[in-house]
Amino acid sequence: MIPGHFTYHRPASMADAIKLLSDLGEEARPLAGGHSLIPMMKLRLATPEHLIDLHAVEGLKGIRQEGDNIVIGAMTTQHELLASDVIASSLPILRETALLIADPQVRYRGTIGGNVANGDPGNDMPALMMTLGATYRLEGPDGVREEAAGDFYQGAYFTSLEPGEILTAVSVPAQPPGHGYAYEKLKRKIGDYATAAAAVVLTMSGGKVATCSIGLTNLSETPLLAEDAARAVIGTVLDDASLKRAAEAAITIMSPAGDGRGPVEYRKHVGGIMVERALKRAAARAA
Amino acid sequence: MNDMTPTREQREAKLEGMGCKRKRVEDIRFTQGRGQYVDDVKLPGMLHGDFVRSPYAHARVKSINTEKALKVPGVLAVITAETLKTVNLAWMPTLAGDVQMVLADGKVLFQNQEVAFVVATDRYTADDGINAVEVEYEQLEPQIDPFTAMDPGAPVLREDLTGKNTGAHGPRKHHNHIFEWTVGDKDLTDAAFRKADVTIKEMISYHRTHPSPLETCQSLCSFDKIKGELTIYGTFQAPHVVRTVVALIAKIPEHKIHVIAPDIGGGFGNKVGVYPGYVCSAVASIVTGKPVKWVEDRIENLTSTSFARDYHMTTEIAATKEGKVTGLRVHVLADHGAFDACADPSKWPAGFMNIVTGSYDFPVAHLAVDGVYTNKAPGGVAYRCSFRVTEAAYCIERAMDILAQKLGMDPAELRLKNFIKAEQFPYQSALGWEYDSGDYHTAMKQMMEKVDYAGLRKEQAEKREAFRRGETREIMGLGVSFFTEIVGAGPSKNCDILGIAMFDSCEIRLHPTGSGVARVGTKSQGQGHETTWAQIIATEIGIPADDITVEEGNTDTAPYGLGTYGSRSTPVAGAAIAMAARKIKAKAQMIAAYKLEVHEDDLEWDIDGFRVKGLPEKVLGMKDICWIAYNAPPPGMEPGLEAVSYYDPPNMTYPFGAYLCVMDIDVDTGVYKVRRFYALDDCGTRINPMIIEGQVHGGLTEAFAIAMGQEIRYDDTGNVMSGSFVDFFIPTAVETPKWETDFTVTPSPHHPIGAKGVGESPNVGGVPCFSNAVNDAFSFLGSTHIQMPHDYWRNWQAAKALGVVG
Repeated sequence: MIPGHFTYHRPASMADAIKLLSDLGEEARPLAGGHSLIPMMKLRLATPEHLIDLHAVEGLKGIRQEGDNIVIGAMTTQHELLASDVIASSLPILRETALLIADPQVRYRGTIGGNVANGDPGNDMPALMMTLGATYRLEGPDGVREEAAGDFYQGAYFTSLEPGEILTAVSVPAQPPGHGYAYEKLKRKIGDYATAAAAVVLTMSGGKVATCSIGLTNLSETPLLAEDAARAVIGTVLDDASLKRAAEAAITIMSPAGDGRGPVEYRKHVGGIMVERALKRAAARAA
Repeated sequence: MNDMTPTREQREAKLEGMGCKRKRVEDIRFTQGRGQYVDDVKLPGMLHGDFVRSPYAHARVKSINTEKALKVPGVLAVITAETLKTVNLAWMPTLAGDVQMVLADGKVLFQNQEVAFVVATDRYTADDGINAVEVEYEQLEPQIDPFTAMDPGAPVLREDLTGKNTGAHGPRKHHNHIFEWTVGDKDLTDAAFRKADVTIKEMISYHRTHPSPLETCQSLCSFDKIKGELTIYGTFQAPHVVRTVVALIAKIPEHKIHVIAPDIGGGFGNKVGVYPGYVCSAVASIVTGKPVKWVEDRIENLTSTSFARDYHMTTEIAATKEGKVTGLRVHVLADHGAFDACADPSKWPAGFMNIVTGSYDFPVAHLAVDGVYTNKAPGGVAYRCSFRVTEAAYCIERAMDILAQKLGMDPAELRLKNFIKAEQFPYQSALGWEYDSGDYHTAMKQMMEKVDYAGLRKEQAEKREAFRRGETREIMGLGVSFFTEIVGAGPSKNCDILGIAMFDSCEIRLHPTGSGVARVGTKSQGQGHETTWAQIIATEIGIPADDITVEEGNTDTAPYGLGTYGSRSTPVAGAAIAMAARKIKAKAQMIAAYKLEVHEDDLEWDIDGFRVKGLPEKVLGMKDICWIAYNAPPPGMEPGLEAVSYYDPPNMTYPFGAYLCVMDIDVDTGVYKVRRFYALDDCGTRINPMIIEGQVHGGLTEAFAIAMGQEIRYDDTGNVMSGSFVDFFIPTAVETPKWETDFTVTPSPHHPIGAKGVGESPNVGGVPCFSNAVNDAFSFLGSTHIQMPHDYWRNWQAAKALGVVG
């Protein structure tokens, strides 16, 4: 539980951070809240020679409205998300999800940028960002680009971040008025990753589902968008048969690992149940 | 007398003696972060050691190359088995009569076994050194499953035992066999089964888990070459035993060894054993001439220092059709891992597993235990229980439920029918114990009344109907358990550790101004001895508890004792404290008689001093007696007021209790909710009700963890799958149920103050209670026994096997 040697850098600007990351190459890692990286370093599963701490970089924190989008700076902590009135009123599902991340101590340090950029399939925010149609702002030596959350995740701890790039902000489109939402997470205990979790955002019209988006956490190497499952409920009144169809469609794309949270069969089964429960709860909340 | 004279109630209250909810005096420092733990001790020039560990469960060590490690700046030494052989310490004796490698000697036998000890100027450098040690392994076939350990073709694990057909506890049947231990009358038991109307048989497993104290195991050793003296700071539940064992194996005279156990952050049995880290830090200090500290991390603690349980108990009960039990037959397959490092009294290879007849009047019984080696970490410690008593209680309490189910009887009714009756005490059990006292029917009935047992059963019946009709996906379980513990090891006729009799001790020294110090042979790890020991003295000799300092853990000052585990502190040391206090009181009475100019027999004790019978105004308080004892003792009497007592108990004590758990389980996810948990404990005389309640809360929380998911799990090749708190279940305040506590008081007839001990009862009674609740929930669907731990996915699997989830 003792990390190897590393050099600690604390740049004051994004330009400096990107330059350090580009110059130092693969042996450098940006450091946000550190709640994924530091434990890996203590186990010497990660052995970066350089840590580039982003805490002194200006302009990486904060939540603001930009047109139809809510833009969240990468270094905004989960605690700050929970304290934000903007999030509570415009993106309540983000609040609901953040409350299910670990415990208050972790949420004081853990950041949204670190959570989405690390590529850990156990993290809760990535599937939610896909469900909400969010985009990530990536800044690197060649400038700035925007990437859809849905295109970002390529494998466990493997993302479309290019060498030298840092994820600096998350941009979430405003959700339709009257939308219903729910994040259902089954976990063994406080602080654990999900055994299975599902995010649902939907709108209802005339008692039927008009639009729907479903995301899945920790049920594959990457977060998943369950598009067939969402299609299975659109136009329905969310009767038992369509809920079951949605769960079954979601289960077909799941490929979780068997671990202490349960064997594969169990994790897929409860993954389906999380989808059903999230759909029902979201519908009950929709105007 | 004037208005300022305190009333009797005020004098009584000022003592804060037995029965008082006195606040824990040790919490003043603990809550301010001012405790002094081993890792807080820093000696000048101190070095740090840490282990190279085996990645494999079973492998031959072909070579260890330390060259690169020794070149890491700051690394001063790398100790291997070869180094240890020069001081004859490559292997060490275990408490169970086996031997254990200190560092890998030719082979490794479990994952994370200690292979080499790197000593460096700081902890970081030690870890860098570890990464630079090159070890070449040749993997061997691992033996993980205890059930196949004695197959003819099973791999040979312990090559050092080749040709040894007899172990410390008799003949060995196989190269992976450790011992067979039997007790009871086999012929009479077999006959009872032949005549029985009804029998049940079930293999009841108690999975491998770990005591996991928050503070891990650690030691700091300092060898003074000039004086030839070794000082050891360590997380020791039994410091004097450590001193004697070190003297015996390291050949250092015992008076030149100083063992100090400072504050300890939880033990739960994990800190009874002797570990390679202790030995290596001592040898490293001798080699380098500097103090050497070793501190385990969490992974090392969970995967290498003593596990608990891993008992697989094939259990049979014979009974009449009316539900009267007539015989009990149990066979245990005990998985001890790579070395038998079980921390039991030496003559008891399966601890007190023969308490397995529980609270019931079995006319005959037979128990056989086979211990086997596997490629897992060694241990088998008593995790918050007396030796193997939790296993025994789980076995019988689960089996009684299974019998009730077969007979179509209510489990509470079956227990009431078979309890040992109050008038049968002292009770001789079929497996050899003499239960000191008990009133089981009263306790059980009090529990049933307080929880409205009949009402809960009625609600359950309704919920079951609703489930059958498809109106709910939740099933409700009622867990009943009634346990009898056996604690207070122990009488020297029964118990010793490596030949050391299991007495305990107390020395009380009162000062001239009426305060004093008590030194005791036990060692608190959170039990609150500094608070409760002073309360016993306060009641016995009328000195306020606040005026008594309690010291433990320093072998230079404390009298010799066997330490704290197996709920032995109150039954054994608690008695020694009372007896030492009574010696002081006897001398005080002589002084009072002299000063009051009466015969001793004319005096009577009154709260905090003596008074002359019939003359209530003629009194002499203890505070005054202290002064007189030093400065004006009666002619011919030695000055001073102090006493020592060594107490060898005449018998064990037998605390008991009645627990009930109400649990709801969602069959679709296996998620459970403990709706209610009621615990009635009878620990005899109650010294501090607040501390008892705290002990019960803590023990129940650990029992909840164990029953519902806490497990040390291995894969088929011997990799540990639960080596951190991500996967090893430690409940937080969020998961922990709310506890309701209650009590009855049945004093121990042989203990000076009638106290029996309580710290471990809730774990012993709690585990079967939770498991019975889960099993009871599923029983109406046709299930007989579901193995622990009952985590969500296993509950779902049970529901699926019973056909109630798709």
